[in-house]
Amino acid sequence: MRVSSDPPPLIELRSASFGYGERRVVSDVDLTVERGEVLALLGPNGCGKSTLVRGVLGLVEQQGGEVRLFGVPRERFRDYTRVGYVPQHHSLSASVRATITEVVEVGRLPHRPWWKPQSRLDRDVVREAIAAVGLADRAHEEVARLSGGQQRRVLIARALAGRPDVLVMDEPTAGVDTASSEALAQVLERLAAEGTSMVVVTHELEALRDVVSRVVCMESGRVDFDGTTAQYAAHQAAHDHGSSHHHDPTYDAPPEPVIGAPLDRTHTGGSGG
Amino acid sequence: MGEILALEFMRQALVAALFAGVAAPLVGVFLVQRRMSLIGDGMGHVALAGVAVGILTGQQPVLTALAAAVFAGVAIELIRASGRTSGDIALAIMFYGGIALGVVLIARSSAGTPANLTAYLFGAILTTSSGDIAVLAVLAAVVLVVTLMLRQRFFAVANDEEYARAAGMPVLGYNLLLAVLTAVTIVVSMRAVGLLLISALMIIPNATAQLLARSFRSSLWWAVGIGVASSVGGVLLSYEVETPSGGTIVLVAIAAFLAVSAAAMVRDRLRRAVHARAETHDHEHGPDCGHEAVAHEDHVDYLHDGHLHAAHEGHYDEHGGHAEPDAAAGAEAR
Repeated sequence: MRVSSDPPPLIELRSASFGYGERRVVSDVDLTVERGEVLALLGPNGCGKSTLVRGVLGLVEQQGGEVRLFGVPRERFRDYTRVGYVPQHHSLSASVRATITEVVEVGRLPHRPWWKPQSRLDRDVVREAIAAVGLADRAHEEVARLSGGQQRRVLIARALAGRPDVLVMDEPTAGVDTASSEALAQVLERLAAEGTSMVVVTHELEALRDVVSRVVCMESGRVDFDGTTAQYAAHQAAHDHGSSHHHDPTYDAPPEPVIGAPLDRTHTGGSGG
Repeated sequence: MGEILALEFMRQALVAALFAGVAAPLVGVFLVQRRMSLIGDGMGHVALAGVAVGILTGQQPVLTALAAAVFAGVAIELIRASGRTSGDIALAIMFYGGIALGVVLIARSSAGTPANLTAYLFGAILTTSSGDIAVLAVLAAVVLVVTLMLRQRFFAVANDEEYARAAGMPVLGYNLLLAVLTAVTIVVSMRAVGLLLISALMIIPNATAQLLARSFRSSLWWAVGIGVASSVGGVLLSYEVETPSGGTIVLVAIAAFLAVSAAAMVRDRLRRAVHARAETHDHEHGPDCGHEAVAHEDHVDYLHDGHLHAAHEGHYDEHGGHAEPDAAAGAEAR
């Protein structure tokens, strides 16, 4: 829709750092996400991948560097509807009843002032978004009664209802059963085919292998691989005959107990002798 | 009934009860959603200090109570937003400080008799004056209009704060506004229900509504209906049996909750009896699954190898042939 000779990248980080108070979780990251890319952000638990996207969204304190969204510095960015955030599903409150439609309708709220009631367009977009994730037949069912994978799709529909330029997803496939995970991958494939740009935080590439066009790996708060899916496969193969490397897509290596290790060794040594 | 309505104080009490019955569940649903069911109780404690200041200084206690409750509500939200672990202790000190100060100040004031204190704590139909009614009407109207207009936004913030923040919504602003509305509701309900029991009228009708409704929207209307029935019914009953109105209202609300819970339990039993699980299959039925969709009462079944499969929570139910009497599901849909 926007007329521009050379549109700025969707997301642009220049030696960006994020963290909580004294604790710096992500440091010195350079990353550019272009229109039409489907980027998988990989890495073991605790490597900072969630913190990175939450920092880009302004949910975690930025502690240095530069963050631009659609060419606008993060502090001045107000076009929130252009970014569709799909948080991990445990952020949904389940203490009162809510239907799929009611949750997805939330995605339209940033598009209108507080005093304006829902328009026909809002209703249509909500219905389309629910259909896009394959839940049209269950639109008036309770969210709490759905399976984990279906709940993720509700959150994707909510983000889609905002008609964003880029979807940012935090672990959409974690803890999802096979049937649901396949349905989820199909939804993402369809969105990718329609040209939707996505940033997907995940620790398992397998389920999304056909959707992803670029892989970025993080380790201890820094980016240590950035390339196409093919380059990633080659990179992994090169590492496979070395030590067990964290890039293994199916196995999540536990973080190395850097401080604990020598002590543990002393302990096991003591008990053994 | 005509006899009761002929009494001016009863008319006023019933109007006050109506306001409380509408406002309290309406605000309360968001407190339940945010898992802050007991926050109204603490704000009621602080409001007692406001009442005492009003009695001592000769102001209208309604207005001083409002000021104190608003102060407490804003403080609660700011303490929560700061995320400090000591916040919990700070809230406890504020709540008990409020009620202790209230009790001491009311005892010291000349107008203060034990009966007066009881009326504020537990509600009394005789205490509503015509001056109060005008103030209460304005306050109740404010709660009603603001809550209904911002209903979706309060829902969004309470449902998923993380998303609301990322979508650029002023989360703290909405939370502060909800705290102020809660404070206003406490003052609206103060006369009929009493400061120690107000929280019950915010929460219990919502608990009952959760058993009856299947969406947020319908649960809101159920809660308001049950709230009004409990508060107005409670005031009428308290006149008949000469009991404090607040306690009577809350007992009526709890009776409704227990009755509905029992009915819901019977309903679930019946439903489980006619509930047959379909075999598991590793694909999900949906518009694109390739199986024929068949409308069945309030939902859609999918024709799978000659069986009708209906999605139920995380699995599929066998809905067999169309003619199967599905009495329990039908009754629940009403």
